[in-house]
Amino acid sequence: MDLGQPCGDRAPGIRRMTGMFCMFDKEARKLLLGATLAVFPLLLCGCSHDPHLSFLDPQGPVAEIQRRHFLEMLAVLSIFVALPIFVLIPWFAWRYRYGARSSRYTPKWKYFGPLEIAAWSGPFVIVTFLGVLVWHSSHALDPYKPLVSTQTALRIQVIGYDWKWLFIYPDQGVASVGMLALPAGRPVAMQLTSATVMQSLQIPSLGSQIYAMGGMVTRLNLQADEPGEFMGENTMYNGEGFHQQQFRAIAMTPDDFNAWVSKARSSRHCLDKAALRALSRRTTRGELIHALGSGKHREESISFSGASARLFPAVVRATMTGTAVDPQAPVHATAPRTPPKTETLLGKREP
Amino acid sequence: MMIPNFLQHPLGRLDLDALPFWKMLQQPTHANVINGIIATGAASMVVVGTVVTFAIITRYRWWRRLWSEWLTSPDHKKIGIMYVVLAFVMLSRALIEAALMRAQQAFGLGGGFLSPDHFAQLFSTHGTIMIFFMAMPFLTGIINYVMPLQIGARDVSFPVLNSISLGLTAAGAALVMISLCLGTFSTGGWFGYPPYTEATFSPGVGPDYWIWALTLASLGSTFTGINFAVTIYKERAPGMTFMRMPLFTWTALCTSILMIFAMPPLTVATAQLALDRYLGFHYFTNALGGNMMNFANLFWLFGHPEVYILILPAFGVYSEVISTFSGKVLFGYRSLVMATMAITILSFTVWVHHFFTMGQDANINAIFGIASMLIGIPTGVKIYDWMWTMFRGRVRFTVPMIYSIGFMLLFVLGGMSGILLADPGIDYQVHNSVFLVAHFHNMAVPGVLFGMISAYHFWFPKAFGFRLNERWGKVAAWCWIVGFMLAFFPLYALGLMGMPRRTVAYTEASYVPLEGLAFLGAILVVIALSCLIVQLWISIRDRATTRVFAGDPWDGHSLEWSISSPPPEYNFAIVPRVTDRDAFTLSKENGSAYKRPDADAYADIELPKNSAMGPLLGAMGFALAFGLVWHIWWMVLLAALAVLVTMIARGFARDTWRIVPAERVRQDLDRWLATVTATTAVSRAGEISVANRGLAARSDVGAAT
Repeated sequence: MDLGQPCGDRAPGIRRMTGMFCMFDKEARKLLLGATLAVFPLLLCGCSHDPHLSFLDPQGPVAEIQRRHFLEMLAVLSIFVALPIFVLIPWFAWRYRYGARSSRYTPKWKYFGPLEIAAWSGPFVIVTFLGVLVWHSSHALDPYKPLVSTQTALRIQVIGYDWKWLFIYPDQGVASVGMLALPAGRPVAMQLTSATVMQSLQIPSLGSQIYAMGGMVTRLNLQADEPGEFMGENTMYNGEGFHQQQFRAIAMTPDDFNAWVSKARSSRHCLDKAALRALSRRTTRGELIHALGSGKHREESISFSGASARLFPAVVRATMTGTAVDPQAPVHATAPRTPPKTETLLGKREP
Repeated sequence: MMIPNFLQHPLGRLDLDALPFWKMLQQPTHANVINGIIATGAASMVVVGTVVTFAIITRYRWWRRLWSEWLTSPDHKKIGIMYVVLAFVMLSRALIEAALMRAQQAFGLGGGFLSPDHFAQLFSTHGTIMIFFMAMPFLTGIINYVMPLQIGARDVSFPVLNSISLGLTAAGAALVMISLCLGTFSTGGWFGYPPYTEATFSPGVGPDYWIWALTLASLGSTFTGINFAVTIYKERAPGMTFMRMPLFTWTALCTSILMIFAMPPLTVATAQLALDRYLGFHYFTNALGGNMMNFANLFWLFGHPEVYILILPAFGVYSEVISTFSGKVLFGYRSLVMATMAITILSFTVWVHHFFTMGQDANINAIFGIASMLIGIPTGVKIYDWMWTMFRGRVRFTVPMIYSIGFMLLFVLGGMSGILLADPGIDYQVHNSVFLVAHFHNMAVPGVLFGMISAYHFWFPKAFGFRLNERWGKVAAWCWIVGFMLAFFPLYALGLMGMPRRTVAYTEASYVPLEGLAFLGAILVVIALSCLIVQLWISIRDRATTRVFAGDPWDGHSLEWSISSPPPEYNFAIVPRVTDRDAFTLSKENGSAYKRPDADAYADIELPKNSAMGPLLGAMGFALAFGLVWHIWWMVLLAALAVLVTMIARGFARDTWRIVPAERVRQDLDRWLATVTATTAVSRAGEISVANRGLAARSDVGAAT
């Protein structure tokens, strides 16, 4: 099922401008566009059949902001930081080379107030300006921040195993490994944890990454604008199968998504104890699919029926207490329905 | 429980499986054979290298000299040289590993030739070595050699402690080396995040090798930091106020302060991880109240100041080199000092930027992001002040200067990518990607390594009395610069294309051309190191034509150039009196340089006696760590006991000083002054010719062609 569009159709134009990023006039925007185009041939070679790889080829609102922010930062830094240095140092080195007779030589010249003030205030002004941009972008791109949309977000719970991701759709009662099905145009609110070591989930062409850690829950909000296929991965080394811990995020039309859900609901693989045991083994996705006896056609992904909303909190608790997961166990009376709060540097944070 | 262990397993967990070729012989699959051959080859290099070294030393009967003149010497100059030798040995290993990794990734589309586990050991040892056993020994060696000379001191404050620091660092390096021959190293990367490195997930010896190697090195560095800081506070020549210190000494001071405060968090973090692994504690485990985020905080509380420990001395070197080879006083000295201090303080305020993606609040991330960018201000000031130092100067493109100019241009690019990474919004995309790898290599190679190689060329004639070959040096410099660019610029693009770091293989065909380019760069960098080796060989061969006993081959500014090359063991016949910055330039100008002192100015000089404490504690530390790695408990107990006994015994040593008689000092000085008188001064035009015998002509304004 290739829902991806040929890259040539996807002009790197700016689709939407959020208020705080309108800092550049038309000229500067043209420059940004030029810079993007210069990088693009490199990035897009042969990708018409492959999933979207990069946030420079953004497929959702988060990656879109990231790309624009990246390019505006790059432009500011190139013009105000790199350019003067790249002009002046080679020029001075040549102009004042040993043996140059025409240039002045002032061996004792060691202080000139205005230059010192410029040396400190120049970088200060640049950093202040960038600091303002960073303050805004840090908040605009906070992965915990729900995306603005007319549609309610689709809940997905992500559990990192060695070396595969399990995606649970608690409201649909299905789950999948190796493929993240998304409805295009609708925000996705993910909760993440790890049943093993620290991992990091990222779908670059959609947006940010966030760590998944045992006994803790982190959050990530993403959205795909159009149907398409996007490369997803773990970026945090976690052992031999690390390089195979990739998956395809596939954005579908709402109808296709519903069709996928119904198909998954009728999957002969149920997310039961046996399946969880198989998931917990240190195996790659391929080995897991083989072990579960799925697919004569060496399938890339597998979907599960009977995915309970209780599983995710159960995994968090089990990892925290160092016990085996029992998805059937009743949620503890005092425990919130949503999983425990994430610990952060400065204390507890409300989920 | 321990007693039966002793009897049943006298070698702990050490058995035949630890040998790199054992698995290949037992299960000769295709992958096992390839990885076995590579691992065995690496192990044989270590074994053969050691055997050949021992054979040569025995053949030429150098053991006694090696022991009495080098290993037990408390002389800061010799300790400095040994540190640099250690750094070059470890650089060679880690660079070969880097080339192997680039080769693997160049052919990594869908597989490659290395096993994932082997690849993981490569990136873990490469990082660990380059930081702790290449960069740290290199800068410690250069500071050791140069700083006491620059402040007019006879030695560091604690000469024997200095030797012990070297012993501990060398023991850590030896532990990393022996991991090639016995067992496997950690696969958790140079920062070894738990819970991956906990016993549950990495039950083997790998993380233990990593923990104890780092513990030895971090103890050594803590002692070094204390030693250098006290030396700079207490041993400066009369008249050398803080604001008259050469800039390299300033950076050495700031680095020492950083070492004192930044190394302990690392020692604590690795000790806690050891408690988890050995005694079942739960500091950083998933379960039972452990929290791996605490490790990340502790590690980077060390790790971020660490990068400034590495870069500040390099900044010091560039300040000296750019000023010397521009034939000018350093521009904006006061600004440069303030910038160095600002970086020192700010470096403790930014550690969270190593894990923006751990789920902190946007406010926290934004604050740490902006704090990280603030460091760009003093760094920018430095670049501008170096630039104004070249302005209206007479710039000579010698080898150290080529590295310095290459550094300034490339470092700006690294700084730019650093600012991008310090921006949490962008970091969420490029964190853990090869973009990050490109960034920190962009700081570490042109920043730290170029600085250290530049320092090696700059002060080599001071240390050995002859200059390094200029032509081979230039070839090496260009290979480093171009090789670096080829190896790492493609990684920026690959990172933006979503390629994660530490991946042994990938499935995207579009990564292949850029990976190929990076591999070419790696080859060029290996050639660069080979050129440095050839250069050393040729320079030693031709040393008769490049001797600079008079001591001042580059028309230097600071006190180290005011004495012979190589300097006498006591450094200064008479401790100099300092009246301003650039003390030696001043004395050359007012004619007080090379003056014979009054006959009654000489005095007996007290120097520390040789001590076996350094090599002994190094050897015992190694045995202790090795025993801990392999659970050989009798070795642990014996080594720990030996360490205690040795330290107590040293407490009873009272006769620790020896006297160099004033008469010998006078003779040495007379001999040197006679050479100076007989030496023809050379203008800067003849700097790299055979005419340069270490005496700089005055009133040389570079008018000559």
